[in-house]
Amino acid sequence: MDLITPAFGLIFWQTLIFLVVLFILGKFAWKPILGALKAREASIDEALSLAEKAKEEMKQLKGDNEKLLAEAKQDRDKMLKDAAKLAEEMRDQAKNDAKLIGDKMVDEARISIENEKNNALGQIKDQVAELSLQITEKLLKKNLSEDKAQQGLIKDYMKDIKLN
Amino acid sequence: MNNFLGRKIYNSLIFSILLVLFSLLVARPGYGADEEGENKTAFIMHHIQDAHEWHFATIGHTHISIPLPVIIFESGYGLRFYMSSDFVDEHHEGIEKDGYYINEHGHLMSKDESLSFYDISITKNVATLFISVTLLFLIFLTMGKRYKQNPLGTPKGVQSVFEPIIIFIRDEIARPNIGEGKYEKFMPYLLSVFFFIWFNNLLGLLPGAANLTGNISVTLTLALFTFVITTFAGTKDYWKHIFNTPGVPWWLKFPVPLMPLVEFIGILTKPFSLMVRLFANITAGHIIIMSLIALVFIFESVYVGPISILFGLFMNMVELLVAFIQAFVFTLLSAIYFGLAVEEHHHEEHKEKLENSPA
Repeated sequence: MDLITPAFGLIFWQTLIFLVVLFILGKFAWKPILGALKAREASIDEALSLAEKAKEEMKQLKGDNEKLLAEAKQDRDKMLKDAAKLAEEMRDQAKNDAKLIGDKMVDEARISIENEKNNALGQIKDQVAELSLQITEKLLKKNLSEDKAQQGLIKDYMKDIKLN
Repeated sequence: MNNFLGRKIYNSLIFSILLVLFSLLVARPGYGADEEGENKTAFIMHHIQDAHEWHFATIGHTHISIPLPVIIFESGYGLRFYMSSDFVDEHHEGIEKDGYYINEHGHLMSKDESLSFYDISITKNVATLFISVTLLFLIFLTMGKRYKQNPLGTPKGVQSVFEPIIIFIRDEIARPNIGEGKYEKFMPYLLSVFFFIWFNNLLGLLPGAANLTGNISVTLTLALFTFVITTFAGTKDYWKHIFNTPGVPWWLKFPVPLMPLVEFIGILTKPFSLMVRLFANITAGHIIIMSLIALVFIFESVYVGPISILFGLFMNMVELLVAFIQAFVFTLLSAIYFGLAVEEHHHEEHKEKLENSPA
């Protein structure tokens, strides 16, 4: 029976000391400990979510980069194509121009040749006319004397013409 | 889990009672009621009870004990201070001092029976209380300081030992049983009571130590703390559930308030069970170990020694486990009671919704 009879003194001390324990530990131990645990958990959570966010951003950045790269590639292809086209055009143009100039030059040459020819022909005509006049004059002069002499004379003149 | 614990507690109780009965049966018929026979197991009861002096051993006729202060509050006089050694002579026989004496059961008595007084001595258990609380302060104030200095640092030393337990109490006991957002204000009590019980359970296993948590006064006080906190934390809902339980037929409440009575008794049985559970488990553990040692004296044979040591060692290991389990159970049940007290019920809302619905 003694075993289950509460003793006043022990209840008194237990109550007193346990109240002190509750107060002191509550104020100086549990409060900072629980606070620190909470703060630490919050900081870990924050760090984790930050890491997740950074990962997400990285992913997006990578996507953006790829997009940018693809665009750049497209641009480059287009530029190359344009350049090739331009070069082709320029080459054609140059070809055409060259052909035109060549044609023009040939035409000019032909015209000047024609002119020269006409000129030369005119001169030849003049000369031929003059020679003919001279021959005719001489013929007319010699014709009246002898046949033989006439022919020889013509032959001589002809020789002269050739030499000329 | 609870079922398992319950069965374990029950088994250990039955086992201890059987063992005590067994030891008493063996001790009594064999040696009759003579002085020698009683003395062989008397040390068990002597150990598990409180005492005014801290007695370690008796070798021959020499008592090795520490005298402790005896404080008496006498009405009309005030406080009287003595040492427990004032009440014994050089042969360790009880003597009288200023009209007070300590009787054979260790109780402080007054010769004048009409005298009203309170014995608030620093007994063996109170001294143990001081020692264990000093230990608690030493450990947890150091810890608290470290957390204050470096709240986000990694736990070191003593922090890494107790931090998982603190987190366990918070996340496995308080949070699920009391509820998110409401558990914080109960944490200081739950942590204090857990470590107080656990430390004292462990200290009680040391040779020569007192059986503090196996003392009914201590468990009564702890249970009262839980009871008082539950009562003051109780919401309107909680009291309504007790005195006017919803969903119960009116005839269980009106002419004879059967349900309110049952519910009201329930308020009292909760702390009562807390008190008895801790007391019985720890005391039973001590009695078992002591009984195993007592076998040597009962059989008066040195050959019983190995058996006593082996079983005693085994029981001590079990008690290490029980020390934690009992602290855990007390804390868990306290948390469950607090949870019941602050729980929000939604019966009314459901009913209103049902009535208001057009169908």
